[in-house]
Amino acid sequence: MSVRLEARLWWAQRVTAAFLAFFVAVHLATMIYAVRGGLTAAEILARTHGNAAWGLFYTLFVFAAAIHGAIGLRTIAAEWLGWRGTPANAAVALVALLLALLGLRAVAAVVIP
Amino acid sequence: MSDAAKLRVRAWRGGAEGRFQEFEVPRRESQTVLDVVTHIQRHLDPSLAYRFACRVGMCGSCAMMVNGKPRWTCRTHVDKVAKDGRLEVAPLANLPVIRDLVADMREFFDKWARARGQFAPTATRADAFAKVEPQSAARREADAGIECIGCAVCYAACDVVSWNPQYLGPAALNRAWTLVNDARDGDKAGRLRAVAGDAGCHSCHTMMSCTELCPKNLSPTRSIAGLKRATRGVAFGEGE
Amino acid sequence: MKRARSHPGWWAFIVHRVSGIALALFLPAHFLALGTALSGGARLDEFLRWTDRPLVKAAEWILVMLLAAHLAGGLRLLALEFLPWRDWQKSLAALAAGFALAAGLVFALAR
Repeated sequence: MSVRLEARLWWAQRVTAAFLAFFVAVHLATMIYAVRGGLTAAEILARTHGNAAWGLFYTLFVFAAAIHGAIGLRTIAAEWLGWRGTPANAAVALVALLLALLGLRAVAAVVIP
Repeated sequence: MSDAAKLRVRAWRGGAEGRFQEFEVPRRESQTVLDVVTHIQRHLDPSLAYRFACRVGMCGSCAMMVNGKPRWTCRTHVDKVAKDGRLEVAPLANLPVIRDLVADMREFFDKWARARGQFAPTATRADAFAKVEPQSAARREADAGIECIGCAVCYAACDVVSWNPQYLGPAALNRAWTLVNDARDGDKAGRLRAVAGDAGCHSCHTMMSCTELCPKNLSPTRSIAGLKRATRGVAFGEGE
Repeated sequence: MKRARSHPGWWAFIVHRVSGIALALFLPAHFLALGTALSGGARLDEFLRWTDRPLVKAAEWILVMLLAAHLAGGLRLLALEFLPWRDWQKSLAALAAGFALAAGLVFALAR
């Protein structure tokens, strides 16, 4: 992997971090509000079903989290498992893809009525 | 402090493979760890290998692991570190061991060179003196880091160095930063390329062990943070 | 685990890394649980009722703390890496810890 690409991964990590700071703050606040008095599927879905705004919010959240998490796991794999190079990078890309797909599926599940 | 008091000292013997050997050393007032190691070599076991030079905290040669932390032994008072009368000395971490308490510093300086820690001149003796404003932001950044004497305490303290064999380390990156801020230097672009990426500044996790332990109170973390900002061009600029 | 590790910067790092790993492991499970809503709310409700037990509630609370800790630690890093350097920024680690605890408390009280 070139130095340029490694540096870009670092920047991607920081930029997604900045976005996630906002997304997580909103999500945390929403959860703290939502769990009062217990939580049911109906309550969740009443908030999210057919709601394009939540749909957009969570889609962006999913992409940011997938990228951010995968890049973080890449560093941990390299430093603590000694796993570097093309196979490791490929595995990490797969993790990002998997997280994104699972996440988009979850967003679809709660937004599409 | 009773002169009859003794210190129990464990010193590393051997190379990468070896063992700790126990010595009993008389405790003295204002004793430094260097005093202790010297006593062992002079009176107990002349085969003990260790480094020192100035003895007064200027050269950094005596750096070694003292109770698990990299320190200058000449500047480490026994009272401060051997709370229960026990001391453990070992060669600097993250470096190959030559013998006993002596570490092989070549990799440390090789990385210094890889980080382009050398000044790249742009003028000749025929030119006028360069005028560098001492209070300029760049010069103050450089001044904050140029007192480094290459003792490798920060290198031994850094966890990233131990986890990432290619990582250039705090000292090399700190030196590169001082040169990046040197108005007279002619290789800023090359140096920034040399310190970017997984082997460079982008692997620093701001643990700050380097800053905690630097005997000259430098802050390589600060310099590396500067490099992270300065290398934006390496990621997104033209060229390559 | 010797070496110079008992200082705030190191703790900030290890909390950030461990919380990151925990969150990365949690996320797929979270997505799968929400994904059950694809077949209507019934399966999701079933899952939510399953989570209505003390051990799970405790785990959720820990997760919220880890999320808050990771967020706070991340903001500390962004500050250290992008803002002009100030030596007192070391205490950002303490601030981050405080924030994480506060978030955990609020979440626990909200139930």
